[in-house]
Amino acid sequence: MAHELETRVLLKEAEDPALRTLEGYKRLVGGYEIQEKAYRSMEQDEVLKELEDSGLRGRGGAGFSMGKKASFLPRGDMAKYLCCNADESEPGAFKDRELMQRNPHQLIEGIAIAALAADAGHAFIFIRGEYAEQADILDAAVAEAYEAGYLGKDILGCKRDLELVVHRGAGAYICGEETALLDALEGKRGNPRLKPPFPAVQGLYGGPTLINNVETLSNVPHIVRNGADWFKGFGTEQSPGTKVVSISGGVRRPGNYEISLGMPLRELIYGLAGGPEPGHEIKAFYPGGSSSPVLTPAELDLPYSFEAMAEAGSMLGSGSIIVADDRVSIPHMALRTARFYHHESCGKCAPCREGTNWTVKMLERVVRGEATPMDLDIISSVQQNIMGHCLCVLGDSMAMPVSAMVNKFRDEFERVIEEAAMPIAVVQGAPETLGAAT
Amino acid sequence: MSPVDGAGIFNPNLPVDQAVSEGRAPARSEQEIPELHEVDCPPELKERIEALMAKYPDRRSASIPALWAVQERYGWCTPDGIRQAAAVMRFTPAYLESVASFYDLLHTDPVGTHRVEVCTNISCWMRGGDELLDAFEAAGEGQDIFITGFECLGACDIAPMASIDQRYYGPLEAAEAQTAIEQLLAGQEVLPEKALLKRPLAAELPGGGS
Repeated sequence: MAHELETRVLLKEAEDPALRTLEGYKRLVGGYEIQEKAYRSMEQDEVLKELEDSGLRGRGGAGFSMGKKASFLPRGDMAKYLCCNADESEPGAFKDRELMQRNPHQLIEGIAIAALAADAGHAFIFIRGEYAEQADILDAAVAEAYEAGYLGKDILGCKRDLELVVHRGAGAYICGEETALLDALEGKRGNPRLKPPFPAVQGLYGGPTLINNVETLSNVPHIVRNGADWFKGFGTEQSPGTKVVSISGGVRRPGNYEISLGMPLRELIYGLAGGPEPGHEIKAFYPGGSSSPVLTPAELDLPYSFEAMAEAGSMLGSGSIIVADDRVSIPHMALRTARFYHHESCGKCAPCREGTNWTVKMLERVVRGEATPMDLDIISSVQQNIMGHCLCVLGDSMAMPVSAMVNKFRDEFERVIEEAAMPIAVVQGAPETLGAAT
Repeated sequence: MSPVDGAGIFNPNLPVDQAVSEGRAPARSEQEIPELHEVDCPPELKERIEALMAKYPDRRSASIPALWAVQERYGWCTPDGIRQAAAVMRFTPAYLESVASFYDLLHTDPVGTHRVEVCTNISCWMRGGDELLDAFEAAGEGQDIFITGFECLGACDIAPMASIDQRYYGPLEAAEAQTAIEQLLAGQEVLPEKALLKRPLAAELPGGGS
């Protein structure tokens, strides 16, 4: 049973393990009816128009209009490709895992219809290497779909071909960046490419390529089935539709919940996820994965939508909320966050490679009590020098939350520096004012 | 070849790459690619890599899947295994090694028969991921098990969690690490009640629904 605050479209019937099979997908939710209808009776432009009119925004993080992205692909006889980005690696995000694990055929049908919109003959699901169980589930589902004639040559007798390959990565967050994903899929080290040219013009193997997130593509069959107006009936004007939100950290019921976008954050965190553990309060939360600037409890009454999160100086990102309760030390959380990006930086661009490295070193000094409050200003200026200066936004993804934490919780950073410095000052026989000075 | 291809053209202090100055592509000697008969590749590995290459429009795309196959065969990406894959794929071993060394899950050094990755990222850290890692390290000491802390594994709903031989388990108590290691070494099913695939959706959990 869904929670009363949930609106289940993508996760409909998801509690039934039979949904994983082709038979169950057809029986429980009328699966593959829409692919059949689209392949038999719809033109490429009709599908594109429906997707564009729906206002569906990418669910991977950037929030760009999916229909518009698909319409950027040039027309012509050249080989075109579709890539499903299933390299979900952002700390806090685990919705794609749930969607693939519980309803793999919904994704396959979405890919088949999106391939019609993009006129792609080859599609790939790039799944992160750690998701071995989900890759097995997808492999089995793809095999079933081939067997039943929904993939392969001359699909449903409609003279259209589509090959779908499940490509398992091998552990690198950077491969979630679309151009790094293309390099990894081409069998190289996953380094991002310079944009432009954008993948829609020159992507995989140099051909026009449409890249979409798992959740975005899973929405496609529903939009084509029910129409753009139905889809716009959920969510807000600028953020239509439902969204699977991953809530984790200091809450009583962490997990994935599907909501109509625009629900107040308080309802999401308290109503669905149960709020913080008894006796504790929320101190801060990331509204859209670890790369989003943290928000404070004062912002709990904002609606959860792309536009409201942007206005609050943060972002909805992949829709992953990590709650920090009053037991969490913000400087330590900043260090954890920075360490992740330092580890995952591919090293291609100097601002990111060096910036993440020095940010970690400086934050380590902070928590060891070897820093001075002036170091906090240096940390902030390093973040400013990373943002916008690299081929991709991995560096920015560290710079944004770390800056926000230093700005919003500066008192706590200063207190941590002071407290951690005290014992060292005593041991070294230094003047007692050392920790508090400057 | 110069340290930087063709750099000497612009910088007289660097040696000039003859091939570049003559307008040819720098030598990427064909002889660096081992021949199949030199590497003693097991036939089933060869067939598997060939099947993988056939799935893609370009054989290079099979690099990562081929390295997975090597790792499955030998336990890690051994230099010999990489040479075998290189011979089948017609790439230099150095190329495949450069790919293998980029990715966290491909090991270019020997690792144990079993692998345990414990997530220590934000959500797991808040719920005791570090303590869980310590418990696993203590329980697995001296055993043929590779235990490591890992960045976000994408299962914050079951924090703190671990991936044991590529299967997810959580939420785990530090005390369960010992049990998991014992079951793993005895060849039993590991913590069956904690397997991610058996877990219901959050709203279906006790106290979760309306």
